[in-house]
Amino acid sequence: MYAQMVKSTGTGVKALDEMEPQERAFQERINAGDKIEPKDWMPAGYRKNLIRQIGQHAHSEIVGQLPEGNWITRAPTLERKAILLAKVQDEAGHGLYLYCAAETLGVTRDELTEMLLDGRMKYSSIFNYPTLTWADMGAVGWLVDGAAIMNQVPLQRTSYGPYARAMVRICKEESFHQRQGFDIMMTMAKGTDAQKHMAQDALNRFWGPSLMMFGPSDENSVHSAQSMAWKIKMNSNDELRQKFVDQTVSQAEYLGLTVPDENLKWNEKKGGYDFSQPDWDEFFDVLRGNGPETTERMEARNKAWDDGAWVRDGMMAHAAKKKAMKVAAE
Amino acid sequence: MGDNSLVLGHRVSEWCGVAPVLEEDIALANTALDLIGQTQLWLGLAAECEDKGRDADALAFHRDVWDFRNLLLVEQPNRDFGHTMMRQFLFDAWHSLVLAALKSSENSDIAAIAEKSLKEVTYHLERSSDTVIALGDGTEESHKRMQAGLDRLWPYVGEMFLTDEHDLIDVTALRPAFDELTNDVLDTATLSIPTDNFTHKGGKTGARHTEHLGHMIATMQFLPRAYPDAKW
Ligand SMILES: [Fe+2]
Ligand SMILES: [Fe+2]
Ligand SMILES: [Fe+2]
Repeated sequence: MYAQMVKSTGTGVKALDEMEPQERAFQERINAGDKIEPKDWMPAGYRKNLIRQIGQHAHSEIVGQLPEGNWITRAPTLERKAILLAKVQDEAGHGLYLYCAAETLGVTRDELTEMLLDGRMKYSSIFNYPTLTWADMGAVGWLVDGAAIMNQVPLQRTSYGPYARAMVRICKEESFHQRQGFDIMMTMAKGTDAQKHMAQDALNRFWGPSLMMFGPSDENSVHSAQSMAWKIKMNSNDELRQKFVDQTVSQAEYLGLTVPDENLKWNEKKGGYDFSQPDWDEFFDVLRGNGPETTERMEARNKAWDDGAWVRDGMMAHAAKKKAMKVAAE
Repeated sequence: MGDNSLVLGHRVSEWCGVAPVLEEDIALANTALDLIGQTQLWLGLAAECEDKGRDADALAFHRDVWDFRNLLLVEQPNRDFGHTMMRQFLFDAWHSLVLAALKSSENSDIAAIAEKSLKEVTYHLERSSDTVIALGDGTEESHKRMQAGLDRLWPYVGEMFLTDEHDLIDVTALRPAFDELTNDVLDTATLSIPTDNFTHKGGKTGARHTEHLGHMIATMQFLPRAYPDAKW
């Protein structure tokens, strides 16, 4: 997902009667569906885990601007250009809400940014893939925002108040993004032969990486079990992946496109599709920094940050002078 | 008007995802969006007046350099954030005055577009003025960069005030108001206005654009040109 392979304490979930009173009271509040707010007591592991997860999610929104930004200057109509600009602007806004949510946990946006830029923190694997044709703008909205929604809708009920509220705002916009992406795919799939070719090619390239967004199976992961007990993860990776496949296959059929998986088959017994696992070796390569566009993405973000330093310094210096003048006048 | 907003909107959109700070990513996208929206209105109206079955997209994506009537200022590349914001400020100052004048046009379509656009542009001007002041006044480096932007772009200011037979309003008459507005902001920003008032021209008439425009439209028009039968 936008936050993949987030590690928790790694010690496994404690039973209520093994907990100290404070921790037990905390867990009982979560079990009862209470929201935890910034000023409330929370276990150090919960805080640390949330910072990692929300930070990674925020970074994904920020880096996620790049593959779509790649086509803003080449959008084929004024309307498509405006829609894409608005979408990418939304993603920057999502980044902002999420950094704000993370800041309530005692970490600053600048600290998180530096951890992204020097590689200590990650962003979603999906944004390491190139956008090669205009159809990729359709595929990204349809599949990538679609997969993000699968994960983010349940997170609206997550236990940490500021995170849950950020998700509510974000989800509204994400479903709009997905519809716009699907609309591009539809236009392309019903278009000229060249457009159909672009649409199928985009699906071929984004199908596997979209399935990877949910992360490898976590049925046996102690990290996931802890996150689920804390309600900062609501479903298992396989569960969400299955839901995504089931939803997307019928949409692909509607578009007249072929999902690139020979093993894809409806399974009456489970009431869902059987499908092939994506290439997990490729996934781990991407996480190690070997995604097809990883170096470019990190270069672009580092360059933006470095080139912008004088602007941020200038703004701060001006604000400080203004403040000093106001104080002097009082 | 449509070519100005199209070309500047495109330039500003080039900042997508790489602005100095997240708030600027959002603000620049917002400015670009407003300008592209204005383009749809102006070029839509232009196509309607022309009455040859073209629409706003045909005008944006199927004309070559010589048919563009934008000011040279707006086709100047982004260079750094300082140049970008200085270009924005100089244009916003001009744009707001022109739109205010066009708002009283006898042509109700023009008046309506001008009125809608002026609301947006008033906000653009507020923002770009604040940024120019903050960075002009900020640090030694930010001051140096803003002055460099002003010096580099100043030779494109004069063209904005050359009135020709296609103008509905006397743009030359807007110069004193422009000078007053910009003097005020640039002064607060501790920047010095260049004394040489030489001006490049040829954008507005289409007679001689800069080399930058051709590259921009090569990018912008690639898809509709490469796939002329396609609908997007
Ligand atoms: Fe988003
Ligand atoms: Fe997204
Ligand atoms: Fe999105």
